[in-house]
Amino acid sequence: MSFIDKQARSLLLAEIVTGLATTFRYMFKTKATINYPYEKGPLSPRFRGEHVLRRYPNGEERCIACKLCEAACPALAITIEAEPRDDGSRRTTRYDIDMTKCIYCGFCQEACPVDAIVEGPNFEFATETREELFYDKEKLLANGDRWEQEVAQNLVAEAPYR
Amino acid sequence: MAEFWDIYLLPALIIVGQILLIVLPLLLAVAYLTLYERKVMAVMQLRKGPNVVGPFGLLQPLADGAKLFFKETVVPTGANKVLFLLAPMVTFILSLIAWAVIPFDEGWVLADINVGVLYLFAISSLGVYGIIVAGWASNSRYPFLGALRSAAQMVSYEVSIGFVIVTVLLCAGTLNLTGIVESQKGDLGLLNWWFVPLFPMFIIFFVSILAETNRHPFDLPEAEAELVAGYQTEYSSMAFALFFLGEYANMILMSGICTVLFLGGWLPPADWAIFTWIPGIIWFGIKIAVLLFVFIWVRATLPRYRYDQLMRLGWKVFLPFSLLWVVVTAGFLVYFDMVPA
Repeated sequence: MSFIDKQARSLLLAEIVTGLATTFRYMFKTKATINYPYEKGPLSPRFRGEHVLRRYPNGEERCIACKLCEAACPALAITIEAEPRDDGSRRTTRYDIDMTKCIYCGFCQEACPVDAIVEGPNFEFATETREELFYDKEKLLANGDRWEQEVAQNLVAEAPYR
Repeated sequence: MAEFWDIYLLPALIIVGQILLIVLPLLLAVAYLTLYERKVMAVMQLRKGPNVVGPFGLLQPLADGAKLFFKETVVPTGANKVLFLLAPMVTFILSLIAWAVIPFDEGWVLADINVGVLYLFAISSLGVYGIIVAGWASNSRYPFLGALRSAAQMVSYEVSIGFVIVTVLLCAGTLNLTGIVESQKGDLGLLNWWFVPLFPMFIIFFVSILAETNRHPFDLPEAEAELVAGYQTEYSSMAFALFFLGEYANMILMSGICTVLFLGGWLPPADWAIFTWIPGIIWFGIKIAVLLFVFIWVRATLPRYRYDQLMRLGWKVFLPFSLLWVVVTAGFLVYFDMVPA
């Protein structure tokens, strides 16, 4: 009996017709596509995107040149040079991140004792030349000013889990 | 001089005009078939498909065409240059000249020859040459394997297509394509078309034309997982575009043949006033569009057959079945004295 059943099924293309019915049903489902540059998917507060160097509300940069991020970086993407400033505080003279080396692991952010270096929510920083991806301190601080609001919100949202 | 004009030049010009009238809409249809395919596939996979170039992506085929046009044609060093460049042209031209005998509407046919079916059969058999020449002339492994597979596949399925066509011919009593469409005229409208009495043959024919046009699930010649792109691997730019156009024109052609043989060509599905107002060519186009939808639908649904399964299906299932059905149909027609005069 199972033999007849099997043969009848294959003769009537039962499986193929079922498959076709499935794909036909899918035609009428809501599309999963989002219209990307105009619509964007949700991002987790933990999202690790482009780096930013943050400042205190009074405009003073947070980074104290402890070089923990440089030490933590598994890709050796961060280069820091530091000198005491005129007022005696320790600050960086150079803070470079080679974005082509960075693997976006977030260790720099984990290592930072003052929440100065943070990976922000920006992932749209493609460039036309390689050189543009060698970020310096100026660029990172500019990023910080640009993304401060989002970064601060994300840090608050993540604080209970740290 | 006047004589020369009347007898030779004028008819020649008229024929050229007619050819252009067929070929230009056809090429446009081919271009938009690619968009149709991408859109339908996308919708079935919960995507949206091309929608950026022009409204609803309607200019996408033109963009693709322009891209291919401006690329460089790379001819491999080891290739046989003449054959390498000839192959895509052969494929393309063969897919176009078959349209000469397809009736678009009552009397709308370029060459109303009495052996139209044989002509179509001859042309579609020649189609394999373009592919096998491409595979050989590329002087490379993947194209060669793809071409071999393709040749074997097309030959196998042509046999069962032949028998399927024979059953239709037995019922229609003519080899003229217009005659075949006329033979499907009747009071029952849709139910008079040959796909009803010959339903199993219709299915076999459809599956066979999938294999004949190297479409999914029988697209072994260009199985990208194993053969990169099969016989097209070494092609680029316009040479590739010609293959591509030829392949899609072939899809439309095969749907056209299927429409003529089984789906009543330009006939409306019923003799009601609303249906008969619509001109025959529109009905013909609608039927082709529906068949093409099924082509794409099948592609979106089924995984690729293995090579031995493909051969088994062709030789051990379709061939005996269609042969049997020829005998059954012939016996039925003779026994009930229904052989068409």
